[in-house]
Order: sequence, then structure tokens, then C-alpha cells
Amino acid sequence: MNNVPLIHILFVSTALFFIGVYGFFTRRNLITMLMSVELILNSVNINFVAFNKYLHPENHDGLFFSFFIIAIAAAEAAVAIAIIINLYRSHRSIDVEDANELKL
Amino acid sequence: MTILVLILLLPFLSFVVSGIWGRSHLKNLSGSIGTTSIFAAFIISCQTAYQYFFIDGMIAGKYVAQFPVNFHWLQFTPDLSINIGMMIDPISVMMLLVVTFISLMVHIYSLGYMKGEERYATYYSFLSLFTFSMLGLVVATNIFQTYIFWELVGVSSFLLIGFYYNKPSAVAASKKAFIVTRFADLGFLAGILILSYYSGSLDFKEIISRYTDLSSPHLQSAITASFMGASALTWGLVLVFVGGAGKSAMFPLHVWLPDAMEGPTPVSALIHAATMVVAGVFLVARLFPIFAISCPAALHLVAVVGIFSSAFAALIACTQTDIKRVLAYSTMSQIGFMMFALGVSKYGSESGLGYMASMFHLFTHAIFKALLFLCAGSVIHFVHSNEMKDMGGLNKLMPITHLAFLLGCLAIAGIPPFAGFFSKEEILTAAFEHDKLIYYVAIITAGLTSFYMFRLFFSIFYSKKSFSEKINHHSEGTFTMLLPQIILAIGSILAGFIPFGNYISSDGWVLENHIDWNFSILPISLSSIGILIAGFFFYKKSDRPENISLQLGALYSLVKNKLYIDEVYEFVTKKLIFRFIARPAAWIDRNLIDGSINTIGKATQVFSLTTSLWQSGKVQAYSIWFLVGTLGVLLMSLHFLQII
Amino acid sequence: MNLNLLIIFPLLTCLILLFVKDNKTIKSIALGGAVLQLIFSILLFVQYRIQIAHSSSKMIFESNTTWFSTLNINYHIGVDGISVAMILLTAFVVLAGVLVSWKVEKMTKEFFFLLTLLSAGAYGFFISLDLFSMFFFLEVAVIPKYLLIGIWGSGKKEYSANKLALMLMGGSALVLVGILGLYYYSSSKVYGFDLMSLSTQMIPLDKQLIYFPFLFVGFGVFTAIFPFHTWVPDGHSSAPTAASMFLAGISMKLGGYGCLRVATFIMPEAAHYYSPYIVILSTIAILYGAFATMMQKDLKYMNAYSSVSHCGFVLLGIGMLTPASINGAVLQMISHGLMTALFFAAIGMIYERAHTRNVNELGGLLKVMPFIGTIFILAGLCSLGLPGLSGFVAEMTVFIGSWARPEKLYRIATILSCASIVVTAVYILRATGSTLMGPIKNNSFSSLSDAKWNENFASVLLLAGILILGMAPFVVNDLIAPATNNIMLNILRISNGI
Repeated sequence: MNNVPLIHILFVSTALFFIGVYGFFTRRNLITMLMSVELILNSVNINFVAFNKYLHPENHDGLFFSFFIIAIAAAEAAVAIAIIINLYRSHRSIDVEDANELKL
Repeated sequence: MTILVLILLLPFLSFVVSGIWGRSHLKNLSGSIGTTSIFAAFIISCQTAYQYFFIDGMIAGKYVAQFPVNFHWLQFTPDLSINIGMMIDPISVMMLLVVTFISLMVHIYSLGYMKGEERYATYYSFLSLFTFSMLGLVVATNIFQTYIFWELVGVSSFLLIGFYYNKPSAVAASKKAFIVTRFADLGFLAGILILSYYSGSLDFKEIISRYTDLSSPHLQSAITASFMGASALTWGLVLVFVGGAGKSAMFPLHVWLPDAMEGPTPVSALIHAATMVVAGVFLVARLFPIFAISCPAALHLVAVVGIFSSAFAALIACTQTDIKRVLAYSTMSQIGFMMFALGVSKYGSESGLGYMASMFHLFTHAIFKALLFLCAGSVIHFVHSNEMKDMGGLNKLMPITHLAFLLGCLAIAGIPPFAGFFSKEEILTAAFEHDKLIYYVAIITAGLTSFYMFRLFFSIFYSKKSFSEKINHHSEGTFTMLLPQIILAIGSILAGFIPFGNYISSDGWVLENHIDWNFSILPISLSSIGILIAGFFFYKKSDRPENISLQLGALYSLVKNKLYIDEVYEFVTKKLIFRFIARPAAWIDRNLIDGSINTIGKATQVFSLTTSLWQSGKVQAYSIWFLVGTLGVLLMSLHFLQII
Repeated sequence: MNLNLLIIFPLLTCLILLFVKDNKTIKSIALGGAVLQLIFSILLFVQYRIQIAHSSSKMIFESNTTWFSTLNINYHIGVDGISVAMILLTAFVVLAGVLVSWKVEKMTKEFFFLLTLLSAGAYGFFISLDLFSMFFFLEVAVIPKYLLIGIWGSGKKEYSANKLALMLMGGSALVLVGILGLYYYSSSKVYGFDLMSLSTQMIPLDKQLIYFPFLFVGFGVFTAIFPFHTWVPDGHSSAPTAASMFLAGISMKLGGYGCLRVATFIMPEAAHYYSPYIVILSTIAILYGAFATMMQKDLKYMNAYSSVSHCGFVLLGIGMLTPASINGAVLQMISHGLMTALFFAAIGMIYERAHTRNVNELGGLLKVMPFIGTIFILAGLCSLGLPGLSGFVAEMTVFIGSWARPEKLYRIATILSCASIVVTAVYILRATGSTLMGPIKNNSFSSLSDAKWNENFASVLLLAGILILGMAPFVVNDLIAPATNNIMLNILRISNGI
């Protein structure tokens, strides 16, 4: 297992992060955007786990953080989907461009 | 408190009662209420006069002032307060008599004259208000009390001039009267401020004693303090005189008086002939010791303004065709006589003759001028017009009025033995002794007076053969209208025989009256010539006046248009003040000051609108900004931590 | 005498109003509350006169409760003659205001709720002796006005409401800065916000010179100090009648009271230093307001501008710093409060009937509504300073007091201010002449009715105040003179070198 150097794992997580950011910025569909956010969160999770494993194997802080994030992501997904559903009900659309009523 | 208070209180109560309940409950009673209360006030005044002049007024041969009522009304500082009270001294007693008497006559006259008027009760309440204010003015113990009642007579005059309030000319006249006198009162107020500052008191007694005692520090400081070349005392007295000149319609503040004739005629008789307009003379007389002893320069100004106004008004009176305006100018001219009589007087004994003469003339003038106005009122009531051309040949139709008017004219013309002769004689004597120039102008003015008065007389009662038949149906007037005329006519015959100097003199000591018949020849003959000329022109209708006026041409029209003084005032107020002060002020306020505040508001709004454009409402845009911001903060912190 | 009742009565009225549905009951309750306030104020006046006779303390009926102990904020209340006079004024104006609003049909409950709330703010302000609670009540007396104008107003009401609220808020922001400045100066000495303790402190002149303008200008905005007066015309003309009355009658007095009680009382040395500037600004306001009034066509605008001019006398009196002038300033506050409330009431009555306030469209109204016409004329005469009515007493006291300053600048300012009485006469006569006199301009006017019972009562109430002050000024003068003497003692400490 230790043959895989840390740097490779960081590459993966960075790639995952920017894929998420890219998806978040370019997609207009709120569900897809939510999925992109999940990708970003998971890339962070990978980082946490990897750093924990490689730098401080004696502690478990990184693992705890990962669990935390997973839990929050679940809650967040639930809330976000609820918002999206309500948005759909009122606007008949889940396109982010249509939901710009916050301004002025 | 003495019974004297009732003199003030009765008219005031009458004002309140008919003012509040007159319109609803006491519509027809208010006339009787007003007349009764003023009658009572008149009786008490007579009693007071008797008491003062014959029983307890004189102490060791000299009349001294009494203060039966006096209390602090408003305390400014420990020394300075407005006191309201009653000062009983020769001139205030004389004025009490004049005011209550003339007011009583006018009250009685109005019972007939105003009968059937819709605002009958209001009229009487205003009349009572005026009487109250005028009485308060004459008995004032304190210069501020004078000012208070001074303003009150001003406002009652305003209310009465504008009594026919749906007539635009009456409204305009009342406004003009109020504003012109208010402008003069500004001078009065400033004068009070100056005088009271240096004397440290507002009481007449204190002011006079402090300013006439040459060693007092008050007088010294008032004389040494100077502003623009004149001492503070001079300024104070001149400004007080400006107030007096406004009320008494002296040139150049006279413009309101002719217009004030828009009011009901009895009001003109009371306010604008007999009482209120002499308030200025009274004020100067009240402060006379200061003028005479400490500030002859101001007194000289009084004389100059008086004689000029007198001659000026007499000249204009010759050209007017509205009978009430003629009387108004003659009032102005006669008040000019009173003023310059004061101006040429000195303080004390024989040289104080002018003071006595002035008060004497005030007294007789009140009687015969009220008479003339009431007669004119009857004439106007009869023909329903103010214009001379609508009149003529009334001598048969109005015999009593005719006779009364004739007596009044003789009195004002100064023909012996009528009242005006005696007082005018004293004035001319005083002027002769003091200043020859004033004397000559004065006798010419006296001649002019008899000319224009008889012009008026002949135009009304003779001139045309007979008056047209169509208005023959009604009589000369009710009994209540005739009675005052008869009483006043008798007064005009008898008033001159009062030995006035026994009662009133500049310093309180008795002054002998004497008529020097040699001296009187010139004035009497001038007056007679005036009457003859008037008779020549106006006794029968002819084109002689027309021809003369055509020959005089531009001069005539200049005088007829009152030297265009009204137009000058109009120009200054309407054109200059409105256009160059008031309008810019309003414009600046709306556009510059408010504009700048609005601009601040607008700028804030524009700023927030601009920044709000950044709020696109697009979640993804926000997140990009968020990302850029985070990266920026990251880079900056790295930089400051000197990592990169 | 428990001063808290002054605040509790109106608040209780507000509370009861919340639970009432019927319009008629709402009005009756508001009226009852206002009457109760008036009775209480008169009782307070009587009690005060009794107490002051054998008491040497500056403030009567004092009570002090801790509010936030950590910040040293106390709820300290007490009254002296000036406050009693102001409380009486408030009670008069509020009762009259409730009466003239009898016809309000739109959101009646909210209207009377806000009106009563305003009075609570005003009472609280006048009895506070702690700068913080004073500021608190000042805000309470501002915010409801925004709603009153915005909802029940006329004309460009949103604009006016915004402008008024923002400018007054700006003023209170300045006041807050000044108060905080004093607070931080005093914090080391544990005086906190207490007015009476601060007034006995000799605050160093350099500190005073900084804080005084904040407080004076901040309060000055309420009293329409030049050039921060432009909320006055817009605010007054858009407000409903009762709000105009409250605004001009009481609100503008909050400022004058604050300038005197807070700025001048605590920092007399700075007041002396700034006195020429105050005098110049107020003289400008007096004359300029008067001239601007001459050009107005709308009666409410006219009265609003004339208020700017008249409130100039308040500031002039304070700026002159002599005993008589300060007395005059207080008298002018009372007089102007009553007079302008009466004027606005009369204008409101005319507007309600004729549906116009433009002087060129009105005319001959005296014939159809003699009572309202008479009230209008009397208010006008009071405004131009006719003796026997309150305006005269106040203005003359200011003039006499101002004239006691012999320096040339003050003399000129006094004379110029005196000159305004002529200008006042011009515009008042113009307004009465073209509104009430002359021929009836519009035939529809001839069927208009005169005042109703509520309007009669309101006018007579205010008129009574004007007449009492005008004919028997010694009653009010004796009330306020000891209080102004206390303030004068503070001002004179400079010349005495204490």
C-alpha cells in the first residue's frame, strides 16, 4: 500500500476538486451543481485521509474529520434537495439562471 | 385697585362679550352694551378729571403724576420689567376725556349708521377693543405698556379698516395700514431697546428722571455712546419718533392714512381723525422732557417733519375729490401742526408754550375733526358715494348736517371764536417766537386749510342747484346719528374757551393763556381769503376750477397723484423686496440648500445602485467571486507572512 | 408625584388600543388617554409650584434607577420649571391633535397608536436627566413620524417621510456622537451619562470645543437650524394635520430643549466660544425663513417656513446667553408650540373642507366659516407678535435679552431679528387677506360648513394656552425663571472664573 506516494493521491484529490469546481461553475442544473459540490467535499475527504495516513498515522483526527464531512454532506444534500424541490415547485425549473430573485 | 380700572375694564368686557356671543345671542344688544360701557367709562373719566384737576392733582402749585395702579406684568431681569398700570397726569387725563368722549359719540352715531349691518356685533366688539387699547395707551406708566397698546390700537385699526372684508380695496387698505405702521413700530421697538438699555428701566418716570438729570450716569453713557455720528440717546429718541410718525401719518410714513378711509366712516372719525393718529403726538409729548432738555436735535427733527407734513398734506388735500380723503389729508396736516408745535417748544414756563398749544390743538382738533367726519358720514350715507361730483346742493336736504359741517369748517379754518382758532393761535405764537421760517410756512398752510375745507363744504352743500330727486325719499339720518353731530358742534364752539394752560403745561406749572389780537390779524385774514377763494371757485358750479387745474398742468397732476409717493413705495416693496429678496430666498432654499441635501440623498442612492449591480443573483457568479476572494486573501496572507 | 406615570399613561393607552377593534372605541380611548395626560400635567404643574416653594434642589420629583450597570446607564428622571412647561405644552398639543384627527378613517387604530407613542417619547425626553435615556426617547419620538407621514400623509408623502426621517436621524447621529464623547470623557470619573453630574464638571475647553458642535447642531436639526431646516417645509406639508401639529408643536421643541439643557448647560464655555456663530446662523434663519415664507403659495408650506423663522428666535435666545434671552427662548418654544399647532389645525380644517391649500384658489372663507376664520386670524396675529397673545411676550423677551449684549455683532443681529416682525406681518396679512377675505372665489365654497365640536374644542384649548401666556405671562415666567437661573449660573461660572 505504501508504494503509492502521497503526491499521487494529492493529484487525484486536486483533480477531483477542480472537476467539482468546474462542474459547479459551468452547470446550470442545480442537481448537477449539488453533485459537483459533493465532488469537492470528497476531494477534501481524500486529502484528510491521505494526510492522516502519511503524516500522522498514530492519530485519527483526519478520519474523524472525514466522517464529519460525510455527515454534513448528507445533511446538506438533504437540505439542498429540499430547496431544489421547492424551487421547482414554484418556478417549474431547476435552472440556476432562473433563480436570481435575490438581487435587489 | 381703584374705580379707575373700570375705565379700561368696561370696554374690554364689552369687547369680549360682543366678540364671543355677539354673533349668536346678542346680535342686536351689542350696540347697547358697547355704548353703555363706554358711557360709564366716560363718566368715570370726567370724575377722574375733576378729581385730578380741581382736587388732588396739584401739589404746591404743580401738577404731579399719580400711579393708582401698577403691577409687574413680565419681569425680564431684576431691574427691567414691563409694568402694566395707570399713570394719571395732565395729558393722560386730557386724553382719557378725549378718547372716551369721542368714542362715546361714535358709538352713539354708529347705532344708526351701522344699523342692519350683518356684522353689527363684530363692529361693536372691534370698536370696544379699539377704545380699550387706546385708553390703555394713554394711561401707560411704562414705555413697553405704550408699545403693547400701541400694537393693539394698530390691530384694531386694521380690523376696522378691513371691516368690509369682501371688498378687495378695503382688504388692501387694511394691510397697507398695518404694514406701514408695523414698519414704523420697528423703529419704536428699536428706540425702546436703546433707551431702556442705557436708562436701565422701562418706566416713564424713571426714564425721564434719569435722562433729564444732567449729572446722572445713565444720561452720560447714553450721550457718549455714539453710532454713525449721533449719540445713542439721539438714536433712541429719533427711532421712537419714527414709531410716532408712523402712527400719526407723518411724511414719509403717511401713505396708509388716506387709504384707511376704506373703513366705515364712524371708524375714520374715531381712529383715523381724533384719537389713534394723535398717538404719535402723545408719545412725543410723553417723552417731551427728554427731547427738550437732553436732545434738542431730535426735537428739531420733530419740528421739521411736522411742518413739512403739514404743508405737504394741505397741498394734496386741495386736489382730492373723495371727501373722506380730503379729510384724511387735512387730519395729517393738523397733526403736523401739533408735531411742529412740540418741536418748537422748550421745557418749562413761557417757552413751553408750544407744548401746551400742541395739546390744546390735539384736544380741539379731536372734537371738530370727529364732527367733520361724522357729518361726512351722514352725507355719504345719504348719497351713497364718496365722490364730490356726486354731491352738491345738499344744504336744503340736510340742514342740520349742513350747519354742523359749517361749524366744523370754521373751527378748522381758525376763525374766531371757534375752537380751532384758539389752539392754532397758540401754535403760531409758539412758532413765531422760535423759528420764523416755520411760522411763515405754518400760516400759509393755515390759509390753504381754510381753502380746501371750504372747497369741500361748498362742493357738498352748494355748487349744484338741487340734488336729483330720486334719493329724496329718506331723511337726514336717525336721531342717534344727529345727536353726536349736535353735541360735537356745540363742543367746537365752546372748546376754545377752556383756559388750557391752567391744566396742561410742559412742566406742570400753570401757564397763562393770552391771545394777542394784533398778532392774530394776519392768520385770520389769510384764512378768510382762503374761504373767499374757495367760495369764488366752488359756491356755484362753474368751469373755473377746471381752468385753473389745466393752467397748472403737470404741477397739478403731480400733486393730485400725491407726488407719486405711493408708487415709489409700491416699487420698493413689490418690485425690489419681493423680486430681489423674497423670491431669491425661496429659490435658494428650494434649489441650493434643499438641492444640496437632496444631492446627498441622490448620491447615496446612486452609489448603492451601482454597488447593487454586483449582486447579479446568480449563485455561480457569487461563488466565483468567493473563490477569487479566497485566493486573493490566501495570496495576500502568504505575502505578508513572507512566504512568497 | 411619580413622573413615570407620564410615560406609563401613553404606553398603557397604546397597549389598550391594540386590543380594540371598533373605530369609535379606539378614538374614545385615545381621547381619554390624552385627557388623562393633560390632567396629570396640570397636576404636575400645581404640585411643582407647591414643592418648589420650599425646596432648594434644582430638580424636583427625582428618581434614579440603574438600567445597565456595567455601562453606567441610569434611568434618571426629574423635572424643573422648563420641563414642566414643556410637558404642559405636549399635553395641550397632543389632546388637540387627537381631537382634530377625529375623522381619520384609514387604519384608525394604527394612527392613534403612533400618535400616542409619539407623546410617550416626548414626555420621556423632557423628564430624562440621563443622556442615554434622553437619546432613547428622542428616537422614540422620531420613528413613528416616518410612518405617520408615509401612510396618512398627502402630496409627495414618501419623499417627505424619507427626508424627514433621514435628516432627523442624521441629527440624532450627531447627538449620539456628542453624548458618547462626553461619556468617554467622563468614564474615568464615573459620571456616565448623568446630566446633572456632568454639568458640574469643568470639562476642558478643547474637549468642549469638539463635542459642543455635535450636540448643538444635532439638536439644532430638530429645531431647524440653518441650513439643516429643509425637512421642515416638506415634512410639515405632507404630514396629516395631527402629525404636523405634533411635529411643529413638540418635535421642534425637543431640539431647542436639547440645545439648552444638554449642549449649553453642560458646556457653557464652548457655548460662549460658539455664540457668534449660533447668533449668525439663527439670524439668517429668522430673516431668510421669513422672506422665503412670503413667496409660498401653499398654506402649510407657509406655516412651515414661518416655523423656521420663529424657531430661529429660540436659537437666537440660546445663543445670546443672557438670562432674559434664555427665558425668552423657552417662552418662544412654548408660544410657538401652541401657536403653530393652532395654525396647522386651522389649515387642516380649511383643507379638509375646501380640498386645497393654495392661497390663490382660496378666498372669502371668513363668510362661510367664521369660527375657523377667526382661529386662523388669531393664530396669524399671534405669529406676528400681537400683544395679548403669546408670540409678543416671547419675542420681546428675546429682544430685550439679546439687546443686553453690547457687542456690535449681537446688536446688529438683534435689530435684524426685530426687522423680521415686519416681514412676518407682510406674509401673515397676505395669507389671511387672500384666504379669508375678499370675494368667495369658488362657488363650491359657499356650501362649506364651519367647525365641528371636536375642532371647536381643540382650537379653544390651544387658544386658551396662547391667551394665558399672552395676557398673564408672569404665570409661565415664574415657572421657568428659577430653572433658567440655574442654567445661567452655569453659564456665568466663566465670568466668575470658578
